[in-house]
Amino acid sequence: MQLAEIYNYIRSFSTQHIVPKVCIIGAGPAGFYAAQQLLKTSSNIKVDILEKLPVPYGLVRFGVAPDHPEVKNVIHTFEKTASNPRFQFIGNVNVGKDVTIKELQEIYHAVLLTYGAEEDKLLNIPGENLNNVISGRRFVGWYNGVPADSNLNINLDVEEAVILGQGNVAIDIARILLTPVDKLRNTDITSFALEKLSKSKIRKVSLIGRRGPLQAAFTIAELREILKLDGCKTCWRVDDFTNVNQVVNTLARPRKRLTTLMLKYLEETSSDTEATTKRLYPIFLRSPVEFLGSNTVHSIKLSVNSLEGNDVFTQFAVSTGLFEEIECGLAFRSIGYKSVQIDASIPFDIKIGRVKNIAGKVQDKLYAAGWVATGPVGVILSTMTNAFQIGTLMNKELPITENKPGFVGLSKILAQKGIPIVLYNDWKKIDKLECERGKILGKPREKIVDINEMLEIALK
Amino acid sequence: MALVNHFKKFSRSVLNIASNYSKYTSNTMLPFLQTTRGASTTQQLSEKQEVNVTFVRANGERIKAKGKVGDTILDIVVNNEIDLDGYGACEGTLTCSTCHLIFSKEVYDALPNEPTDEELDMLDLAYELTDTSRLGCQIVMTKKLDGIEVRVPSTINDARA
Repeated sequence: MQLAEIYNYIRSFSTQHIVPKVCIIGAGPAGFYAAQQLLKTSSNIKVDILEKLPVPYGLVRFGVAPDHPEVKNVIHTFEKTASNPRFQFIGNVNVGKDVTIKELQEIYHAVLLTYGAEEDKLLNIPGENLNNVISGRRFVGWYNGVPADSNLNINLDVEEAVILGQGNVAIDIARILLTPVDKLRNTDITSFALEKLSKSKIRKVSLIGRRGPLQAAFTIAELREILKLDGCKTCWRVDDFTNVNQVVNTLARPRKRLTTLMLKYLEETSSDTEATTKRLYPIFLRSPVEFLGSNTVHSIKLSVNSLEGNDVFTQFAVSTGLFEEIECGLAFRSIGYKSVQIDASIPFDIKIGRVKNIAGKVQDKLYAAGWVATGPVGVILSTMTNAFQIGTLMNKELPITENKPGFVGLSKILAQKGIPIVLYNDWKKIDKLECERGKILGKPREKIVDINEMLEIALK
Repeated sequence: MALVNHFKKFSRSVLNIASNYSKYTSNTMLPFLQTTRGASTTQQLSEKQEVNVTFVRANGERIKAKGKVGDTILDIVVNNEIDLDGYGACEGTLTCSTCHLIFSKEVYDALPNEPTDEELDMLDLAYELTDTSRLGCQIVMTKKLDGIEVRVPSTINDARA
């Protein structure tokens, strides 16, 4: 007994020399915010963040719209995290292929999944494969420089577009299509997207949601911005707002303000005298049934819905059996994202496209934070709060009974497979060149979209 | 420098990092207030009057901080390196709600400026929203506000162990 106590004492004493090592998978906001929290709540922890691409910041780089540069200010916080000597960014590592979760669990004390939601949900209706039926996620990736989306085949030589979905991504897509192109020239939008948008013939964009104005998914800030867009008029359908007036005063403040804003502009729709060239048509209570066209989409068939249920927030759309057809030479699907199972050992709910977890805990020494855990909803505040909570939880539960190789072990595995890695200073070379190229064009940066070129610059 | 003219908001943040993060001027997007704030930053620091703010965390912990008349509350948090994780993520550009603070009714009513629609839009996305909530980046300190107490919503605190 006594011997065991002495042994335990020595053990606990020696753990002071054991450095906890954590591996985070995905260098987006959830990963960086979790890293920040881990570094803060432990004085000696080492945090490695792995990223599939050679470049960091995930949706802050690839999701935030180019005309919303202020949102990207969060990068300054991430840069501060990256400057911590106990932190390491390791880009160009495809977890699940280059290294498995099981291997990572052997060489790190804990693994955190923060790889987001990279696929978009399908409508699963006929005609979805027609030309110019575009994934909203890929369109965003195209104008934001996601390498895999740079070859997007899209024809903007049409006048009418529809967007299926009414979330903030849908609004972003509508705004990019309707914004006077000169307003995008000084943003970090990709040059090829800008070039194509400058020749766009799109004049009319319909934004279609299956439920009503009271369930609208966009945030008020995004709506207000598009309502004020130069040279574009938003035209509401008066019929969509039947009974909304009677409910508006019973709503909680955020929903009430959003609804009031719509009602205010609804009144202006009826007195439409402005000579604007472009139009946005928010359309409620319609579900897509079929894309029509031979090779290329020329119209969409929508079912006319009514709402059932008493509670405004849980009301659901039911088809009335009536249909409406809207002409469109271009259609976007923007009804949400889902995550993928990057490694067979990750417990995954394929149906909802999310890692199985309870409040961020997946299993022993495996955690998840951000969209891969919560689903693709919420603004940066939600992801930040979630990541902070999971970071704190991980530190509390960290087993520090033995030393683990961490980055040294990982480097060995990757070197054996001949996989070049991009460290944070290597990324800074890409960053610098992007900014230099941008400067010539009068924009904050010109993103590099070719992974080989990124690697060439980073590893020079 | 054509960039600055065409792209005020972005370039401002770029210039800010260039100078020093702790010195950056958080600001509003409203042009008229921009002018006001711009003017105030040209004053000598020594000429400005000192003001005190006490931040109260949900767990009751009180943090006292000093600033100058003309500072926003976000400036005071940044300049004093107050440990509020994630506070002011967008650096005062009205594109997030991480600098959400809750005031007493008395102080709220005494605040020099009313919230704009854009500020209210962001507050609508905040956790624990109250009728006396404001964004710290939009509150410019005056002598009259010296000594105020502000409550930091618990969601920011919860994240800290």
